[in-house]
Amino acid sequence: MIEIRNLAFSYGKVPVLKSISTDLEEGRIYGLLGENGVGKTTLLTLLCGLKKPQEGSILTDGENPFDRTPSLLSRQYYIPDEVAPVPMKAETFAKEKGRFWPGYDHARFIAIMKEFENDLEKKMNQMSAGQLKKTYISFALATGSKYLFMDEPTNGLDIPSKSQFRTAIMKYTPEDSTIIISTHQVRDLENIIDPVIILDRQDVLLNASIEEISEKLYFDYGTTYREGALFSEPLPGGFLQVLPNVDGEESKVNIEALFNTAHAHKTLIKEMFNK
Amino acid sequence: MEFNPNKAIYLQIRDTICERILSGELKPEDRIPSVREYGASIGVNPNTVMRTYEKLTAEGVIYNKRGIGYFITPDAKDLVLESSRKEFLEKELPLVLRKMQLLELNPKDLLDQSV
Repeated sequence: MIEIRNLAFSYGKVPVLKSISTDLEEGRIYGLLGENGVGKTTLLTLLCGLKKPQEGSILTDGENPFDRTPSLLSRQYYIPDEVAPVPMKAETFAKEKGRFWPGYDHARFIAIMKEFENDLEKKMNQMSAGQLKKTYISFALATGSKYLFMDEPTNGLDIPSKSQFRTAIMKYTPEDSTIIISTHQVRDLENIIDPVIILDRQDVLLNASIEEISEKLYFDYGTTYREGALFSEPLPGGFLQVLPNVDGEESKVNIEALFNTAHAHKTLIKEMFNK
Repeated sequence: MEFNPNKAIYLQIRDTICERILSGELKPEDRIPSVREYGASIGVNPNTVMRTYEKLTAEGVIYNKRGIGYFITPDAKDLVLESSRKEFLEKELPLVLRKMQLLELNPKDLLDQSV
């Protein structure tokens, strides 16, 4: 469990996060969404202890990640958007680095690399961006970490790798793990992220499970215009409209439309989900 | 797996399992995959699959043997038949009838098409 309380961070005089409070629970795959520059990467680096909170606190299983205790570091892994092309063979890199994670399983690393059709013998600085990313994802999943932080993990992945990624993330993570994926590629991850966190300038607009979202909002895929739609978007076969869910009917949550609705109606959405 | 845009995903997964029960592919006492296995195989969050399993358990179609997994109940097929017929008559048939009206088709015309 990660507890974030009144967290604030700024770069010089430019505030990025201002009083963020939310909880990240076990056994969940969080999707962290937000426009460019709202501080998704800053939040991830704070969560994994690379930055120090300027105000407020983060507690991961009761520890401050910035203390960077070996016990916490050996249970977490962070994949940044850009990963280092080290001059080592993938397999050697994994074997040597894996020693820092007691739960590291080299056989699992090999298995995931195979699923991604990635070459174990290739030097990482000779890999394409996608191959390199897949090497780091394989390694992260092989560490058996309880906390996984990923910044845009599907960037650079080719089409088959995206579905392999979705499968691997469920197949190779411990059941009680907390996974936080920051992404703009919501279509790549639509069905695997639950709950969804929408970060706005300096604030969390929403942190809610798909179930809760479908209880509060109705996603109408139809051909007729509905009165009171918060958001509507033309589709080839009609419109997608988002309305407050007054009849308690269930619909399929569309994350892009949710994001756009939250953006157009920040106060309303915040109130709706903070009851 | 591609999903229909209208229906909540956990309900679509339920429909898939129910169809496999109706077709006889899944029989009483057959084990269905664990939440995580199933989620991984179709690229869906385990919590979503959990909601499907909870719904099917409440409907009496599957049951949980603690620590072993989820199994199809002996009455599953009857229960699914009943609920699926109801859903067809209440939700799908009206749409079919409306479409037939638009296309100026009589029920008789359908009889010639079937079989």
